[in-house]
Amino acid sequence: MFNQKKFIVSHAPFIHNGSSITDKTYNIMIAAFIAVLPSICLYGAAALKVVAISVSTAIIWEVLLNKATKRPYSVGNGNAALIGLLFAMLLPAGVPLWLVVIGTFIAVVIGKEIFGGMGANPFNPALIGYAILMVSWPDLLDFDEVLVNYKFDFVMLSPIAALKHFGPDSVALFPACDLLVGKQIGGIGSTCGILIILGGVYLIIRGFIRWEISVSFLAGVAITAVLFNLSDQAQYGGPVIHLLSGYTLIGAFYLATDDSSSPVNFIPMLIYGAGCGIMTVLIRNIGSYVDGVVLAIILMNLASPLIDKIRPKAMGKV
Amino acid sequence: MINKPFIGFLKPKIEYETAGPTTSAPREISSSGHVVLFAERPPANRDSLVLNTGDKVNTGQKLSVFKDSDHYVIATVTGAISDISSYTGDQGKKFTSITIKSEKKEEVDDEFGGKCKEPAIENAKEFLGCIAGMPELDKLMDPEKPIKTIVVNGMDPDIMVSANQYSVRYDCAGVRKGIEILKKMSGVDNIILIIPPTLKRETQLEKIETQIIDTKYPAASPSLIAKDILKQVVPAGKSFEDVGLFFIGAESVAAIAHAYEKGAVPVKKIVTVIQKDLSRTVVSAVIGTPISNILSAVGVTVNEKDRVVIGGLMTGRAVYSLDYPVQPDTDAVLVQDMEDISDISDNACINCGECIRVCPANVPVNLLVRFLEAGEYEEAAYNYDLYSCIECGLCSYVCTAKIPIFQYIKLAKYEHALILAAEAEAEAAEAGEAENV
Repeated sequence: MFNQKKFIVSHAPFIHNGSSITDKTYNIMIAAFIAVLPSICLYGAAALKVVAISVSTAIIWEVLLNKATKRPYSVGNGNAALIGLLFAMLLPAGVPLWLVVIGTFIAVVIGKEIFGGMGANPFNPALIGYAILMVSWPDLLDFDEVLVNYKFDFVMLSPIAALKHFGPDSVALFPACDLLVGKQIGGIGSTCGILIILGGVYLIIRGFIRWEISVSFLAGVAITAVLFNLSDQAQYGGPVIHLLSGYTLIGAFYLATDDSSSPVNFIPMLIYGAGCGIMTVLIRNIGSYVDGVVLAIILMNLASPLIDKIRPKAMGKV
Repeated sequence: MINKPFIGFLKPKIEYETAGPTTSAPREISSSGHVVLFAERPPANRDSLVLNTGDKVNTGQKLSVFKDSDHYVIATVTGAISDISSYTGDQGKKFTSITIKSEKKEEVDDEFGGKCKEPAIENAKEFLGCIAGMPELDKLMDPEKPIKTIVVNGMDPDIMVSANQYSVRYDCAGVRKGIEILKKMSGVDNIILIIPPTLKRETQLEKIETQIIDTKYPAASPSLIAKDILKQVVPAGKSFEDVGLFFIGAESVAAIAHAYEKGAVPVKKIVTVIQKDLSRTVVSAVIGTPISNILSAVGVTVNEKDRVVIGGLMTGRAVYSLDYPVQPDTDAVLVQDMEDISDISDNACINCGECIRVCPANVPVNLLVRFLEAGEYEEAAYNYDLYSCIECGLCSYVCTAKIPIFQYIKLAKYEHALILAAEAEAEAAEAGEAENV
């Protein structure tokens, strides 16, 4: 019972909702890149250079590793470029370019590829890159040091570092609306709060990142900061500076929401996000590092599979 | 293709086709040439078969196929058997295919009418096992697993399909009579008809007790009907009979009514033809009609590299040939243009969690798929809820990485059944050895 025509035969279902990894990463990149634009206007070619080198070397490292491990080229899905972009967004504009190249190597190769590529990375790759550089070359990533040659019409101090070193009195130097529109020292893509929030809201509406993580992250930061502030106003800053400076916003919308290193169930997402937020403020207020976002998220990445065990019982499970 | 909406953080909403008031009654497809019937297992050898090529058969005649089994098929046309051979279907399941060349003059067999004046479960089991929807009526007779509730499904198992819904809409009297007969023959008083909200008027006119169901896929899946409407969750790995439930389609119920009314076994099946532009035509065809007949009658051209599917978009089975016949449980025939066929990939799971949010059975799909990809079927079955899956296909539909998750799940269930069978065999052999010693 065969006739001549040959048909495509495959398994159900025969429709797909049209989503794809490429679509997802490109959307995240577009949303994230909007937050980079103010820094490019501010620092000019220096910022653009860091972003370009970061994205391109991230792609090159992935191609080289695909070649070395004899696996199909996976750069087409945009994940390497996204890691490069997010990594660049954390760096100050004046960072030496060799450091960027090393950073993307660590992010792409050690952060992602050696675990088996996209989807298998236990930590956010960009954060692994940044954390290792932060430990190895702390001076080169210190905003106040690296950007010492720039002079703009706002206070040339990293707000989060000022808070740590000079106490909450320095918060008066940084009005909330200045922080929101990007008038602060910081990473290339992490200063302009309003654009980060806009991009993040766009991604949440499109379903590319989960609101549970972002919202609970910000809530965790705010509540912990309020509690610290209430306990000793002379020593700890309030929630506004914690929310709008440092890596808080980029962490909440772009870093903590990385798919493979974050939980997928509803309650675990809330716990994970809140954990990131709480740890961030704890590290900032009690720890020795200036900004806690990077280490807080890496720590919660580590706990993510464990938290994700809290899941609803499957139907009919006895 | 039903695409993800721009606002994508909500769950996808796939609606069942609910036959609106403008749809017309099914179009009759005249049977021409031959029909092909499938019997449950392959012929062991020529001598094991009761049937021979050249045997004359009448429409509605019960044909016992194997000498050592009471399995039967119902001849759906009048004519002579022209071929008996082995056919391999999905997952290597083998059947005996019986081809009957039809003659112009139709003679309706009177064995059923003569023997079965009064509806009874015994004669229904004897003659009505191959009517539209293939109801497993013998389950109503199992003394070890008494049935407490019969659910008549007026919804169809897949989206864009209407067979049961058509029966309720255009043959509501038949459904009502069928329910009465079922009540009488099974002795089960609790019979519920499940319908979409659009069919409320028809069932009210016939005064049938109904339960309205959500029209969002997969609410009409038997497991979810049991959970949401009957508040009775079936434990994973158990069957519906184990908890006293019996599911039957409205089309089958109506067919049972007609069988006793006319004294002849019904031989037709309602089939939804879903064309390339997703427009739908509902036809009524004799069981065993090759789908090529149906497609040409409806006017669908099928080209090389298109996809032809028996069943609906979410749960159907693609076939290799247009000679495949309409079976008693074929609710739809779907033709997809090669342009519309979405690709699948060998990407790894990126843990985005879309499947988790869409799964109606709360299966941890993101973890399950990792074990399935690695072939760890036992681990998947015992720790990652493989058997809680109700096989709706939504996980594959939403998968960002385009992993064929549903295929992995079906394969895993098949492979795991083989593992269990091999284990049972080894255990039995061991027990036998121990006895010998």
